[in-house]
Amino acid sequence: MTWKQAFTSSIGKKLVMGLTGLFLIVFLIVHVGINACIFADLNVAVWPFDPSDDGAIFNRAAHFMGSTILIRILEVGLFAGIILHIVQGLMLEASNRSKRTQGYAVPLAGRGSKWYSRAMGLLGTLIMIFLILHLAHFWVKARITGSDDMPEVAGMHDMFNLMKVTFSELWVVIVYVLACISLAYHLLHGFQSAFRTLGVHNNKWMTIVQSVGVGYSIIVPLLFALMPIAMYLGWVG
Amino acid sequence: MEHYNMNLNLKVWRQRNTQAKGSFETYQVKNISSEMSFLEMIDVLNEELIAEGKDPIAFDHDCREGICGMCSLYIDGRPHGPWEQNTTCQLHMRAYKDGDTITIEPWRAGAFPVLKDLMVDRSAFDRIIQAGGFISVNTGNAVDANALPIEKDKADASFAAAACIGCGACVAACKNSSAMLFTSAKVTQLALLPQGAPERKSRALNMIAQMDKEGFGACTNTGACEAVCPKGISLTNIARLNQEYLGAALTAN
Repeated sequence: MTWKQAFTSSIGKKLVMGLTGLFLIVFLIVHVGINACIFADLNVAVWPFDPSDDGAIFNRAAHFMGSTILIRILEVGLFAGIILHIVQGLMLEASNRSKRTQGYAVPLAGRGSKWYSRAMGLLGTLIMIFLILHLAHFWVKARITGSDDMPEVAGMHDMFNLMKVTFSELWVVIVYVLACISLAYHLLHGFQSAFRTLGVHNNKWMTIVQSVGVGYSIIVPLLFALMPIAMYLGWVG
Repeated sequence: MEHYNMNLNLKVWRQRNTQAKGSFETYQVKNISSEMSFLEMIDVLNEELIAEGKDPIAFDHDCREGICGMCSLYIDGRPHGPWEQNTTCQLHMRAYKDGDTITIEPWRAGAFPVLKDLMVDRSAFDRIIQAGGFISVNTGNAVDANALPIEKDKADASFAAAACIGCGACVAACKNSSAMLFTSAKVTQLALLPQGAPERKSRALNMIAQMDKEGFGACTNTGACEAVCPKGISLTNIARLNQEYLGAALTAN
């Protein structure tokens, strides 16, 4: 058994999907944590919120991410992980579909499986399309082209203002919220499936994995969805 | 249970051979007893077809008591028909009422080519077993049954996995035509016992290699296989197979 055989068998390919998926799940915790700093500016004068913050905490956090060499190196790994997850996922989906050339006249439909478990390819594709838009909105402007909506404040990019301007358009807010819903369902299957693929079969541990998975799949996309909503409705900024 | 007779409309997949292009044909069957099994209902239809000088419908069957794994049939969108944890031969006509239309298709999977009508070639499963679903025991006297202590829980879990009859309903139901539930049951029944330990690595590696070679898809843990399995084989076995395989793949030479 060579390394190549180990990673290109049907289980090996699933291992790649599971490991990159879990890596992206860890990344999302960092992403949502940093971005949730915008809520420090929430328009309520109760600790820890401060309406005069105007995104200062968030901008500092974003600056730290953009100016720390270790994180910039990890960023390369992140892109590699995302690309691997997407390419392998699309190839697996195509390969799996090719295994049944003649379909059934009466489909099995929802018997025994959830729709989002069967629609991982579609949900992932929707998230991928959103990612292109999302990178163009923020990452490309912050790292490459710059933007008039992102002036320097105290020597740092005003990412907070860029968010505010981006989320002032209703269609952008709607697209982001729809993407968060896709992400939630993608995670609802992906989180526990990744652990199964890694070989977790102990009932006691699977109970924890499933509970944490459901919690994660609801909380993280919900927090993400609240960001464009809060910006659009003027709760922050 | 009250006995009754019924007339039914059947939409049956007919296909002359593997290469031929098949299609559905409609048949009416009359005076079917509610006490008949589903296969007996097809027997009645076949006798009529033979009497009319037509080609009877080919379908797989053997023991007709739910233990051999030969019967198949994808009935109204579900392998082995509407009942839970049940084989087609044990499906009885009391599941239907007068005037019902029943659609009968063969298992659909690239790895299970249709031989004729409702019969598919499931020898891919045999080759997966031949690749490692066994233990090698040299000749000699039989060992005393109590020489090897086995934990009761493990013996029970092994026995539950060994209940797999290899019918292929899991493949038929899976959106990826994956044979992982079958293969995981065949790996688990041996992996949990001391007799299976010496060959556990080569078993997992070789059976998965054969499974991939046969053209089955990859598992995406949707759970459709477990839901249609006539023997209630658990999805947990697939995670155990993943563990067996990954452990072997990362450590074997």
